[in-house]
Amino acid sequence: MPPLAYLDWNATAPLRAEAAEAMAEALRRAGNPSSVHRWGRAARQAIERARAQVAGLVGAAPAEVIFTSGGTEANHLALRGVGDRRIFVSAIEHDSVREAAPEATTIPVTPEGVVDLAALETQLASDARPALVSIMLANNETGAIQPIAEAAAIARRHGALFHCDAIQGAGKIAVDFRGLGVDLLSISAHKLGGPQGVGALVAREGVALAALQRGGGQERGRRAGTENGPGIVGFGVAAELAVRESVSSAGIAELRDAAEAALSAVAPDARTFAKSAPRLPNTLCIAMSGVAASTQVMALDLAGIMVSAGAACSSGKVRRSHVLAAMGASPEEAESAIRVSLGRSTTPAEIEQLVDAWTALYRRTRSAAA
Amino acid sequence: MMSAMPRPATEPRPNARPIYLDYQSTTPVDPRVLEVMLPWFTEKFGNPGSVTHAYGREAEAAVERARAQVAELIGAEAREIVFTSGATESNNLALKGAARFHRDERDHVVTLATEHKCVLESARALDREGFRVMILPVGADGLVDLAGLEAALGERTAVVSVMAAHNEIGVLQPLAEIGALCRTRGILFHTDAAQAFGKIPIAVDAMAIDLLSISGHKIYGPKGVGALYVRRRPRARLVPLLDGGGQERGLRSGTLPTPLIVGLGEAAAIAVQEMTEEARRLLALRERFLAGVRAAVPSVRLNGDAERRLPANLNLTFPGIGALELMEACPGLALSTGSACTAAEVEPSYVLRALGVSDELGRSSLRIGLGRFTSERDVDFAVDALAAAVGRLQGPPLKSRSGAAI
Repeated sequence: MPPLAYLDWNATAPLRAEAAEAMAEALRRAGNPSSVHRWGRAARQAIERARAQVAGLVGAAPAEVIFTSGGTEANHLALRGVGDRRIFVSAIEHDSVREAAPEATTIPVTPEGVVDLAALETQLASDARPALVSIMLANNETGAIQPIAEAAAIARRHGALFHCDAIQGAGKIAVDFRGLGVDLLSISAHKLGGPQGVGALVAREGVALAALQRGGGQERGRRAGTENGPGIVGFGVAAELAVRESVSSAGIAELRDAAEAALSAVAPDARTFAKSAPRLPNTLCIAMSGVAASTQVMALDLAGIMVSAGAACSSGKVRRSHVLAAMGASPEEAESAIRVSLGRSTTPAEIEQLVDAWTALYRRTRSAAA
Repeated sequence: MMSAMPRPATEPRPNARPIYLDYQSTTPVDPRVLEVMLPWFTEKFGNPGSVTHAYGREAEAAVERARAQVAELIGAEAREIVFTSGATESNNLALKGAARFHRDERDHVVTLATEHKCVLESARALDREGFRVMILPVGADGLVDLAGLEAALGERTAVVSVMAAHNEIGVLQPLAEIGALCRTRGILFHTDAAQAFGKIPIAVDAMAIDLLSISGHKIYGPKGVGALYVRRRPRARLVPLLDGGGQERGLRSGTLPTPLIVGLGEAAAIAVQEMTEEARRLLALRERFLAGVRAAVPSVRLNGDAERRLPANLNLTFPGIGALELMEACPGLALSTGSACTAAEVEPSYVLRALGVSDELGRSSLRIGLGRFTSERDVDFAVDALAAAVGRLQGPPLKSRSGAAI
């Protein structure tokens, strides 16, 4: 069997060892964080420490952090918790945003996958009713980083609230809640080295938010349910490590660029999406023309390399990407795009393995065609 | 082999952690469960949705195994289990999801005054959406009045929600009888089984249950995970709360937390093996606890039906003694006055109020939850500590004042 190369970090990132250790310890302790007795209080303290760590990752105040069961719930709380507002979402948002607001107006993006700010301005100007704008920090498929500060300023000028889905961006690039000027920001733990099953919505002090999930009144009434203490502890540790190691992403970008250059050299007709947009350092979305993404993913899997054909969400169905379609890609082009996403422990050898396997497939399909 | 001398129960335990008597609030993760979970945090970290590669597929297989383990404990099919972030989400999904799906033909929702806050709050949200919500009283024993329930049901009733085992007073509701009343009328029957799952036998078919909420951390599994049983035949239909990636057959989007789900599955599998024996052991400990307290404090009262209750739960009123003072006087015990969600409130429990307990007696009430790691010695120590504290707080002579003040 070939050595395994995990290059699907945007689907989920391996849990950091330090987070695993802290969680294992927390899992061994009982205590409901709402209980008054000392075991309860200890669980509460651990959660509040993690709240400060997560707040630190995005430069928010701890009281602005609401823990949820993950990114999907955080996005729903943001879009559905703000009350009756017109909603504007970009054409490249994750399904958990698009489906949380099915009646939303779509903000178009450029062929490079970056939201069209002039269009947003026009859309907001056309109607004065209260609104919410939701744009992601970085796209999960292409890695394209969005001009959030500018978009949030436009929203503010029109009196609209602004939500930013920072699930793919947080931990990969610096996130400054105040600097971006957003009102609501979603984060997921498992995309940045924390556990699955935990996320957070950061809500600016003063933003009125109605809970989606009601009950015991946890999270200051904004999200009921016994807190996932050990998961939250793991999230906190991963967040703190992400802050501390943010400088190391330069190395990841180098590896990604090397992969992109090598693949493009092998296949001059390959298209890299969002190539000239500001991009996450770890993401490469590339189309090998004429070869279905599912064929590429399977061939690479046989060679021990794990990548994906877009978002990992819905039980393996390979659907045509709405993201690439919004960027003007033809159906054939979109159906031949794969996503390669790197992480902190990705090695040059893994990239070499990818390039070799991809090259072999490319040559096979080209000689078959000829 | 070394054999330790038995230690008198009243011996001071200066360095020991307090004895945990709050198992209805949460339970420690069983070490056997933790062991099974740990590899799924680290080396087997794949996203179960990433079925295009080996990491994703092994995670998916683990999730499906856990689904079968959870289903087995209630006699369901694996595909009837939907994983959630916990019982609060399960209860919200069941009530809001079922009611909203049937809104056009059925707009009536029935539940009990003693349900958990997350059921009552979900019902309140439905009320604001225009549903007619009926909240039925319970008897002094905490049990539903079946005739009253039957009278409340009508052609437009969409869903009935009744807790299987109560989190504060431990009472077990007659699920099969309620299920039969609902089934003949085409009404969906939801039960919040967060406290019952893995503690008492539940059979979704025999009890005609359509929707059943499950919590991980109440059965020695992890926090942050739960499940909702959703019947397939006849189909219980729901509007999802979370849309997005379409996981869990579209009923609950969001990346599945594999390690937590594996933990819930293992906790359920252990319960399948050990539930009967453990219930027997806990019942004996509970009776020992109650007998001990009654011998020392004759005025003590038991809240909730004495027979139809969880084997490991007691809810006791110590007339004339404030529960908060009593807890403070027992630093060696981890106790609560009731639901942890509202533990920090000074208000007496709405559950005890619904049983007709006065606010004064309500403020004198403690919940005792025993569990898997409670020993006979723990019980004896706790009884002695409680008795001594009551004695100190009442002041001598103990017996002559008992019951006189109230």
